[in-house]
Amino acid sequence: MNDVSIAQQNFLLSQKKHRRVVRTGRLCLFLLFLILWEGAAQAGAIDSFIFSSPSKAALCAYGMLLDYSLFTHIGVTLFETIASFGFVILFTVIITVALWYNRRLSETLEPYLVVLNSLPKSALAPLLIVWLGANYTTIILTGVSVAIFGSILSLYTSFQSVDAEKVKLIYTLGGRKSHVLAKVILPASIPSLFSIMKVNIGLCLVGVIIGEFIASRQGLGYLIIYGSQVFKLDWVIMSIAILCILACGLYGLISGLEKRYLKKFS
Amino acid sequence: MEQLMDISHVSYSYHTMQGETPALSNINFTVHKGDFLAIVGPSGCGKSTLLSLLAGLLEPERGSIFLYGQKVSQKGNRTIGYMLQHDHLFEWRTVEKNVLLGLEIQKKLTPERKEDVLGMLKTYGLYKFKDARPSQLSGGMRQRAALIRTLALKPEILLLDEPFSALDYQTRLTVGDDIGSIIKKEGKTAILVTHDLSEAISLGTQVIVLGKRPAGIKAIIPIQFPESASALERRNSPEFKDYFNKIWKELNENE
Repeated sequence: MNDVSIAQQNFLLSQKKHRRVVRTGRLCLFLLFLILWEGAAQAGAIDSFIFSSPSKAALCAYGMLLDYSLFTHIGVTLFETIASFGFVILFTVIITVALWYNRRLSETLEPYLVVLNSLPKSALAPLLIVWLGANYTTIILTGVSVAIFGSILSLYTSFQSVDAEKVKLIYTLGGRKSHVLAKVILPASIPSLFSIMKVNIGLCLVGVIIGEFIASRQGLGYLIIYGSQVFKLDWVIMSIAILCILACGLYGLISGLEKRYLKKFS
Repeated sequence: MEQLMDISHVSYSYHTMQGETPALSNINFTVHKGDFLAIVGPSGCGKSTLLSLLAGLLEPERGSIFLYGQKVSQKGNRTIGYMLQHDHLFEWRTVEKNVLLGLEIQKKLTPERKEDVLGMLKTYGLYKFKDARPSQLSGGMRQRAALIRTLALKPEILLLDEPFSALDYQTRLTVGDDIGSIIKKEGKTAILVTHDLSEAISLGTQVIVLGKRPAGIKAIIPIQFPESASALERRNSPEFKDYFNKIWKELNENE
């Protein structure tokens, strides 16, 4: 800090202070919410049978941790989410490459993709159950269906927006279309792919929970829907809290990968 | 001198749903080994189209282009180097990987060729930046790297598509001189497209003046300076102004 000017030090201090205030504010908001909720439930201002309470949800989680059943539910949801996410990314890349290679194909399919993308995918879930049965496949496919069409459209747009002169460069170096793809289009689209992944991990989770609502005996979605039906609201609240943590964790994971990539290449 | 390239009766039009736009009509000229042709013309007259045709990126609608007696086509003109307006160095590659891109694409990345390219990086002051990202280079260094990327393929002939126009004026002068002397030193034949008359005169051995679209050749003006004169010395010589006026007159005739 020796050769840093006073003004710079003051600036850094004020920035640090700002960040500290924001962080404390966030934490306080969360604690306040929990305390009010718990307090209201204890005082009988709200019916904890219907609204549950933080302590009841925590106790419920503790009990399910002891008999390991919570791990199964989390594990199932996590597995289904990651599987559908993997399929989404894989098929998005494959299909988008195919569309990029063939303008006729892309122009033919474009209206279908747009319609499928705007369609509420939860409408498809009951169909999938009838066709495929109430199993993992259905749930994973529901997750895939929620995310894939939008991903293809986004990645295709990103492919299209690569500078035409960069493409020309590859041809001037004697390259072919496959070189354009491997040397320019794909590497240039990696930042977009990361943004798509960040959106998709959340969408896949949405799809999986929808799937579990209607076609599952395990998983957090099942706990939520079953809990609400038998008025075990502790299960529901606990599952929602875990979903929050799961969503944060998955997003953070991809965001971390993205940061590592960007740090290396820019 | 040995004839390298022969362009005869070349015409080209662009086609859209709205109609046909003739870009070039009946272009004829020859390129000899060691020539440095500068092509000037009003903006939008089809200068870049001409270069794309010479590079085989486009096929002429009429006429033909021969390189060493062989027809230039879209399929692999491995002996024609092309330098674009922007350097287009890829940020996801190091400088070294960028200059090796052409060899990599053509599957010619042998240890010897790599040595060659690294040697060029050394000669032209980029070796210590070989592991850097392009964003760490100055505008001039980036253009030099782009030129080395093109030279790495050992092209018979270099096509330069306004390679300095994206640079600020001061950098443009130095980089122009720089690139000009590298091309001379490597003994390459070059065709430069530019809208900057002084650039054309300070680098070229001949200036080809194109007319308005659809462009035909208005004049071919040989430029004579002492062999040893650098681009800067050319700019300062008394003949420079005469050439400038002559080309200026050709460009603005009948308009």
